Parts: sequence; structure tokens; C-alpha cells
Amino acid sequence: MAKKDDSPDGLKLDRRNFFKTTGLAGLAESIAAPAEAAAQSTPAAVGPGDVPVRLNVNGRQIDLMIEPRVTLLDALRTRANLTGNKKGCDRGACGACTMIVDGRPVYSCSTLAIEVQGKQIRNVDGLATGDRLHPVQQAFCEKDALMCGFCTPGFIMASVALLEKNPNATPEQIKKGLDGNICRCGTFSRIFEAVSSVKGGQRG
Amino acid sequence: MKAFAYINPANEKEAVAALSPQVEQSMPLGGGQDLLARMKDYVTQPERLVNVKTALESTVTPVGGGLRIGAAMKMADVAEHPEILRMYPAISAAAIEVGTPQIRNQATVGGNLNQRPRCWYYRNEEFVCFKKGGDRCFSPQGENQFHAILGAGPSFIVHPSSLAVPMLAYGATFRLAGPKGERLVPAANYFTLPRQSLRMENVLAPDELLTHVILPAPGNVKSGHYEVRYKASHDWPIAFATVLIAMNGSVVKEAKVVMGAVAPVPWRSAEAEQALVGKSITEATAAAAAEAAMKNARPLSQNGYKVDVAKTAVKRAILRAAGIQTA
Repeated sequence: MAKKDDSPDGLKLDRRNFFKTTGLAGLAESIAAPAEAAAQSTPAAVGPGDVPVRLNVNGRQIDLMIEPRVTLLDALRTRANLTGNKKGCDRGACGACTMIVDGRPVYSCSTLAIEVQGKQIRNVDGLATGDRLHPVQQAFCEKDALMCGFCTPGFIMASVALLEKNPNATPEQIKKGLDGNICRCGTFSRIFEAVSSVKGGQRG
Repeated sequence: MKAFAYINPANEKEAVAALSPQVEQSMPLGGGQDLLARMKDYVTQPERLVNVKTALESTVTPVGGGLRIGAAMKMADVAEHPEILRMYPAISAAAIEVGTPQIRNQATVGGNLNQRPRCWYYRNEEFVCFKKGGDRCFSPQGENQFHAILGAGPSFIVHPSSLAVPMLAYGATFRLAGPKGERLVPAANYFTLPRQSLRMENVLAPDELLTHVILPAPGNVKSGHYEVRYKASHDWPIAFATVLIAMNGSVVKEAKVVMGAVAPVPWRSAEAEQALVGKSITEATAAAAAEAAMKNARPLSQNGYKVDVAKTAVKRAILRAAGIQTA
């Protein structure tokens, strides 16, 4: 059997210790240069060790030193203190990790951080404006569209992407548009109600 | 997953140069929806990933009355492409049912066609089966309710691609690029049975890339596509079928019947096609063709029900092609 080294130690992604010792600001300063390999005419392979990865998340530039194998989800959760989106199955089967990349909802657990450099990434941490919730977040609160809440960030990001594409989504479009997300508590009918109540980006 | 090196080539030539002739040593990364999951489960452990999303085309180009589709095109874009819908509606119908919105936003045409089997023994690292270089298939004596009923042995996987079935029906050709240049392989010759090649499901070499799907002019055909599933979403069909028919007045002049999820390759049924030629399409003739499609079925211990499911898929795809309402 293969030797497994994707434990927190192997991945060097122990968030608690990491933030105790380094902090985000320290990390950004510790990086010498952004990914230059990709700009050369004959691209060189990078990794398997740490390589510089520059992400644009919620309109903010984040510079990281991570291995190519680190997913977008792990990079943001364990290295950038953006823990809003959750890790459920880690296999693209539950939807809790759903983020919006260049306007489209994707599973961030099934996306390598290194391959979304240069793209506009949005996760649930960037959705509210100060204390003002996004209309979809507001609708989830008002319709009580959650129980344990673990799936909620993913559902909200999938809903935001759906409504940005189809501001007046039909019931069928809502069902089809959200069928990549699963709620283990079974609050689907409330989620459907919440998303249906948001029309044209406003509370209806 | 095991740590790996990563390379992001700018074009097809660089991408091919970054691959390796050794199996699963340096592997192309498309949408990653299959590959990354396999790597997390230590089923596949490449030393290097070659991101091909920039290097390969992701657009649709008209060619000779047909269309050429870049292998890096996302499934969501295939599903919504107006020309694909107009000319090859069965491909649109298959694409929109793949996975989930998130998966379709990442997954590529090349990845859908080349994804590995969904067999639970293959997907579990503990079972070193033929597909992992082992010496047996665990399904005949094991849990085989989703396994093959046609053309199988000594491996009993079913081919996992939904696009492969309508593409085969429409007579697609795949363009492959390798170190010695390009080659064009008809879909009918691309997918291989386990008795031809046990470990892999197609003729693509480890240092080759599938770069384009070339679809000929569809001609004057009507099409029907029907999938039977446990779940309406987020799952692979139990059995499905694409049917194309060309009519001569009220009778079928020519028919193509291709089934998915029943065999280790997309399975064309000459028996069903012959059963349709010269007939008008009715419930009875569609049912007779579906019977013919399953004449040679050899189910395992737990998948006998798939014979009936496949018959239903074929029958309803035929009726849909004829414009007759189905459940």
C-alpha cells in the first residue's frame, strides 16, 4: 500500500500552529517572487515542494507558498484564514466547498489552488458588505434555511452564482442549479423557499 | 494525495512534450473532477500533472458541415452551445445530465471521454484489480449490481462516459496528438474491450492527448437520448441509449442504436438497428428492437435487472427519436 503523507503534518497545514507562529502578514512578506515559471516560453515544472501561488480572493491578492497538490479549499481554509466554506466530503460529492471562480460555481475541494491563479475567486467570507448581509444570506436567515449549517456556505455560493446567471430563476432552474449541493439535515424545502424569495438580486 | 510536480504548458506541443510514455507517470489535468479524486484515494499516483486547459482548445469550430470541439471545452459550455444543440441534440442531452453544475463547470470533454471506470473495486485502493495492474476482477464474485451485461470479461467495468455514447452514434472521430504527430481515430475504434486491452479503456497512449472531437455533418436524422438513473442528479446512469434514425417516408431507412453503462465500451447494437430498418416506429417495433439489443446480454449474479433497464432506455430513446412522448 502507498505511503500516505497527506496528514496535517505531511501537508504542513496545521492551521492553529501556523497562525500562532506566522500570521498572514508574515507569510506574505516571506515570499520572494510570484510564479515566474509560467511566464517563460518553455515552461518548467514546479514542485513537488512549496511553490509561490498568487490568488485573487474576494478582490484581494493573497500570496502563498504551497505545494502544487494543495486544493483551493485547503489553501484558503488553512493558509489564508478564509474558513467560511467547509470541507465536507473532499471528493466533489457534497457541495459544502462551493466557491465562485470567474463567475461559475465550482467545487474548491476538486480544484488545485495553483491552477486558478489569475482568476477571480469568491468564497462565502467575501459575500457580506461589512455588517450588511448579501440578499441570499439574508433570505437563508429569514426562511430559517439551515439546521446544523455545515452545508450553508456552499449552498449560499451556489445560490448566488445561480441568481447572478438567472436573476429570476424558475423553480426548475433553482432545483437543477442547486442539485450539486447536499444538506444532511434535509432543509431542502426551506433552502428552496429562501432562494425563491430572492428576485433580481433584491429581497422580493 | 501524493505530492507531484506541476507544469502549465502554453500549447499542444509543449503539453505533449511534458507527458511520459510510462503509464500514469506524467498525466494530463483537465477539469480534474475524476483525476484529483483518484489521487486523493491513492488509486492513481502520478509524479507530474500537466495542466492542459490552456494548451488545448475549448471552442467549437464548424468544419465540413460538422463541428470540431476542443477537448478543453467545459461540459457546461457543451450543454449550452446552440450549434451543438441544433445539430447534435443527443450530445446536449447527455452533457446536461453529467454530474452537477459545479462538476460541469470544471469537467472537460476530453476528461469526460477519458475518465476511468466508476467500479467500486477499481476506486478502492485495497483492491488491486486488472485496472490497477493486478491479476483479477473482483466483481464476478463480488458486488456487481452496476457492472457490465454485454461484451465483458475478464474485466466487468462499464464505460463511464456519457458523451462517448452519442458521439459514437454521430460518427465522431477523435484527434490525438503524440510525440510522433497527430492521428485521427474514429470513436468506434477508440474504445477497447478488456479482452483487447485489460488495463486501459481506449487506445490513447500515456504520452498522447485527445485534442479534438470531430463530428461529421449529422445528415437528415432524428435523435433520441434516454437515461435511466436512481437519482435525478449527481450520479451515473444505470443504463442509457442514443438512437438516430433516418426515415424513408414512414419507415426507417437507417438506424443507429448505441447503449451506455451496459458494457466496457459504448455499445453499438447491430441487432437493434436491423430490427428497426424497414419498419415504422411504434411501441411494438421499439420494444422488439429493445429485445434484440439485449439478445446477447449475459448478466452477473446481481445485475439481471439491468437487462430490463437497458431495454427501457433503448425503447424510449427510439420513441423519442420518432417524436413519440415517453415517460
